[in-house]
Amino acid sequence: MTTVVSTAGFPVSRVIGERIPRHEAKRILRGRGRYIGDIVLPRMLHMAFVRSPYAHARILSIDTTLARACPNVVAVFDGKDLAAICSPVIGVSANREGHKSAPQDALAIDCVFWQGQPVLAIVAASRAEAEDAAQEVLIEWEELPAVVDARQALEDAEPIHSCLSDNLAFEHLVESGEPDAAFSEAAVVVEREFFFGRQSGLTLEPRGLIADWDDARESLVVYHSHQSPFQMQDIFSRHLGIPEHRVRVIAPDVGGGFGMKLNVYAEELAVAAASRLLSRPVKFCADRLESFVSDTHARDHWVKARIAVRGDGRISAMEIDDVAAVGAFGMPMRFNIAEGMMAINWCGAPYHVENYRGRTRSVYVNKNLIGMYRGVGIPIAAAVTELLTDLAAKKLDMDPVEFKRLNYRALDSMPCTLPSGLPMDGCSFHACLDRLMQAMDYDALRKEQAELRRRGIYRGIGIATFVEPSAYGPPYYGPTDARISVQDGCTIRLDPSGVFRCITSITDQGQGTLIGINQIVAETIGVPVTHVEMVSGDSGASPYGGGAWASRGMAVGGEAALKAARDMKANILKLAAAITQAAIDDLDIVDGNVVSRQSGDSVITLAEVGRIGYFRQDTLPEGCRFELSVTCSHVAHHQPYYTGNGVQGVYLEVDQETGFIKLLGVWAIDDCGRVINPLMVDEQVRGGIVQGIGGALYEECVYDQNGNFTNATLADYLVPMAGEMPDIHVGHIETPEHSTELGAKGVGEAGTIGALGVIWVGVNDAVAPLGVQLRQQPFTPERVLDAIRDAQAAAVGGVASQACPQWHAATAEQA
Amino acid sequence: MKPSRFKYVKPASLDEAFGLLEQYGDGACVLAGGQSLLAGLGMRLATPEVLVDINGIEGLAGISLQGGEVVIGALTRHVDVLSSRAICRYLPLVAEAITHVGHTAVRNRGTFGGSLAYADPAAELPACAVAYGATIVIGGGSGRRSVSANDFFLGIMETALQPGELILEIRFPMQRDTQRHVFAELSRRHGDFALVGLAGLVSLDDNRRLADARLVYFGCVSHPRLASATSASLIGRPIPLEDLDEIKRCMLQDLDPGDSPGMRSETKLALAAVVTRRQLNALRETCA
Amino acid sequence: MRMSSREPEFEVAVSMVVNGEPVSCRVSARQHLADFLREELSLTGTHLGCEHGVCGACAVRVDGQVVRGCLMLAAQVHGCQVETIEGLSDAGVLADLQEEFLRRNAAQCGFCTAGMLLTSHELIEQGRCVSRSDIREVLSGNLCRCTGYQAIVDAVEAAMTKKVGS
Repeated sequence: MTTVVSTAGFPVSRVIGERIPRHEAKRILRGRGRYIGDIVLPRMLHMAFVRSPYAHARILSIDTTLARACPNVVAVFDGKDLAAICSPVIGVSANREGHKSAPQDALAIDCVFWQGQPVLAIVAASRAEAEDAAQEVLIEWEELPAVVDARQALEDAEPIHSCLSDNLAFEHLVESGEPDAAFSEAAVVVEREFFFGRQSGLTLEPRGLIADWDDARESLVVYHSHQSPFQMQDIFSRHLGIPEHRVRVIAPDVGGGFGMKLNVYAEELAVAAASRLLSRPVKFCADRLESFVSDTHARDHWVKARIAVRGDGRISAMEIDDVAAVGAFGMPMRFNIAEGMMAINWCGAPYHVENYRGRTRSVYVNKNLIGMYRGVGIPIAAAVTELLTDLAAKKLDMDPVEFKRLNYRALDSMPCTLPSGLPMDGCSFHACLDRLMQAMDYDALRKEQAELRRRGIYRGIGIATFVEPSAYGPPYYGPTDARISVQDGCTIRLDPSGVFRCITSITDQGQGTLIGINQIVAETIGVPVTHVEMVSGDSGASPYGGGAWASRGMAVGGEAALKAARDMKANILKLAAAITQAAIDDLDIVDGNVVSRQSGDSVITLAEVGRIGYFRQDTLPEGCRFELSVTCSHVAHHQPYYTGNGVQGVYLEVDQETGFIKLLGVWAIDDCGRVINPLMVDEQVRGGIVQGIGGALYEECVYDQNGNFTNATLADYLVPMAGEMPDIHVGHIETPEHSTELGAKGVGEAGTIGALGVIWVGVNDAVAPLGVQLRQQPFTPERVLDAIRDAQAAAVGGVASQACPQWHAATAEQA
Repeated sequence: MKPSRFKYVKPASLDEAFGLLEQYGDGACVLAGGQSLLAGLGMRLATPEVLVDINGIEGLAGISLQGGEVVIGALTRHVDVLSSRAICRYLPLVAEAITHVGHTAVRNRGTFGGSLAYADPAAELPACAVAYGATIVIGGGSGRRSVSANDFFLGIMETALQPGELILEIRFPMQRDTQRHVFAELSRRHGDFALVGLAGLVSLDDNRRLADARLVYFGCVSHPRLASATSASLIGRPIPLEDLDEIKRCMLQDLDPGDSPGMRSETKLALAAVVTRRQLNALRETCA
Repeated sequence: MRMSSREPEFEVAVSMVVNGEPVSCRVSARQHLADFLREELSLTGTHLGCEHGVCGACAVRVDGQVVRGCLMLAAQVHGCQVETIEGLSDAGVLADLQEEFLRRNAAQCGFCTAGMLLTSHELIEQGRCVSRSDIREVLSGNLCRCTGYQAIVDAVEAAMTKKVGS
């Protein structure tokens, strides 16, 4: 805790900006976390789903006789049973003309559209017994052709949904200036194709919920491992026809969200519907195998993009064509067209690009749904941009860093408008780049790289710039008509003994938003951090709000807390003045005491203020009104988001004989505006970077041509573990958000947004001397080796073919 | 992912175990370390009628020196192999390989015999057993028999164990002073099963030529066995190896990788060649 | 909680000591140790992240050794000493590690934390100081999705140095 001296000459504690550990972590470290799997309610039952083994099939018949006869099975529900009380969801955005989706029932009726889509819900006394019954279900299927390639889905495949005319979910075009002219006049044009693999959101704690319908009170309580209890309150209310004020959603400790637990899962409605039908609590916790086929996926883009550069090194145009495979249905509320939209809206953002064209097509295929996941399309935008600028620089024989410096938008050129029409403000690209160069000692790394290349060791340096739009506001979500709250609220209550309870609509899955809000409240009121107790996660007990998504915790939730804390302080001082007859202008609160600004002496303790305020109002002057509980909210009415930014660097080595990639160092300089708690922010950036590394090197949902997800176990779907990760250096630049008092922007997604691309740039840099370009993520050893072999074959003038064995490459290198 | 229902029995003696295995036949699964079995049961890949827990049978665990052999009891836990001075001294290839087997929690329970009986083609210990020319001692209702490691592994997760039989111990000839071991494993993450692995024993003559070689591959094969053509092609060659063409041709004979999702057969062969060259060439650094 | 009679042929009688307290009961043969601790003894500090023995979230100690709770049956710990995150915390055995984890933000969502603590503790108890890359290797059987691992490695290094000296 920093102690500074106030203008009045006595010490004042500053906690905003300090590295303060999380209070919640203490009980978690002792094994006292309370996650959805830990909660037991009286008479609770357990649900397991029977899921489709096929990517696309018609259900011909279902025989549940044997299943129902299994021990301790209470019910077996099919799609029609639940559709009687639960309406289907549909993921279509009101303001996107042409956006279409099939509706999705809680359980599939008649047809299934992805391997893993649930068909039956079995409710039993235990999960094991529900699974036993699931094994006894007999379903007759008619397997239908599966559409798995997005571009094929667009071009020549049958619509996977008979109610839709084709597989195009949505197409969007942005254009600015005269891109065609710019490309034809350019000195240098670089055009490339990129494939971004499909990832699973993958939280360590799988999804889960307990739905508890009370038919006496006609109310529903849902304990839900979810990032936005309010969103789910709305969903359960509308789709089950329960008045909203009788639906309460409580998020307990949540074992990771990352956006995956922000989505609307039709199958989770099945849990609530079952509870309604049985009038008993029903618990569903996904196991890891079903997580893979039901938790939302992410990325899965094909991109063709090009950049035009003038002779003086300035970018004149960019163009991107994106096809995003969004799975079998649109995602309700959290529209999965966002992956493609963000990719084209933010492509080129850090640079002056006058002429631009972007097209995205979101496409239905017979795969699991794409949903929100850290970065949502912006990692693609950043990767494509940095790859093209890196190549353009090299073609011009310019150091990529110099190219960036030349082309970056300057801080003082903002606010500005991107070619996509989106605004951007307060981004410190130059400052971040300069700091990064220092932090990684760029020149020394380049020297070392050159030296090692002479010895046949291929190291690469990647630099990647990114923008993180965070804390989305009403202009962004409002017109979609999705009932998503972009405002957040905070109630602060003085308890009689002089301490505070702070109830926020923000939720915390470990990222540290609660300690951040705690710090803001404590400093603003003038009390120690430990005098504020945080409460969150209960849609029935906090002000209405958004919860945790789009990195809004500090930017929005913190601002609401700041306002509430200011008001609370003012109220306390007003009451204190009334009690003590002191002049209110002379009063302040320091370290938990009401003090005189002039003398610094304590005038009255907060405990005394509380005692009188709650129990001894008889001692107060007539007509003295005060409130010791305050609620404020924050929303940026006309601001679509706050823009954070940063630059990342990587130093890595590619073993050109094995295709293995070793990360030697990663650096991230991040500007998220005012940093409320660097201890929280640093590890958020690191965690985000590791997830980006996952997408770049390891994680891929491998589907075969029949739509089977072939590596759907944690042994086969590779997630980064400690052994392969480097130490990650994090530094900060602070360009405060000027439209709020707090000045904080979001940072939760920054790591991932930059990392997907920085690894790609670094790997390409490593293998550039071999004439190699990687085109597809993740960079498995085989993809690296194939790319090296293809480049060598091309150099020799031959045509690369898969039948050409690796021998020749190895032998040639031996010679 | 809960297993299907099964019964559980824990025999106190080998005879009792053999009796149970005969009684239940196909309906019995043997529980030793459980590090592979329990995951499979959870996924309902196996739905046995009964689990026969052999961890209570005396005399099946332990490492001893008998004559010129190191004898490893089938129930010896990996963690005990890891900390064994005898293994370090007499079977350095095993000592190195064991550090690649899973992670600490898995090594605390997993057993040597279990690894051999499970015979995952990407496992390290079966390859080591073949490299050393170990003998696998098997017990069953009708008595004991011995099978050389090279004859024990027959196919993907297929061994010479007959129904109702158990591995009792594995007898390794002690590594000779003239022998050097080579071990390498390419895996995406530490502790993962190998994509390509090599376990071998070689000896060099005074002119730094390979005088003897017993190479065994894992990960890129259906089952570990002596790569006899490759090993033979190395005899008489100096290290560092110069021309690899013939060696690679022999590897094509010895290895049958098959395609896997994410890695084609020819890529595995290429990696195997790289690993072989690197490991053998590394011997020169530690040459006397 | 069962609605119909149990099936004794699929059950096993077990006695063990859990966090210092004797426990005797009948368990379902198919119930793994982690589920037994969580559901029958309400020791929910041990978590299930995969049930295929890969993620490490289910770590518990059996007879002094860290094991994956999802890869052992409850029936197998008959006669054993079992320790969970709760018991080890209450005994104060993990205090230094927990303090370092807290200070360095090495526990975010907390789901991997018990596994990380038990695995690190076993490493530190060996009494030798090892390198950061060795720490990473030891922890490479424990998946963390939140932290990026660095804070955890820092915390383990600090606790190790404290115990063993640098």
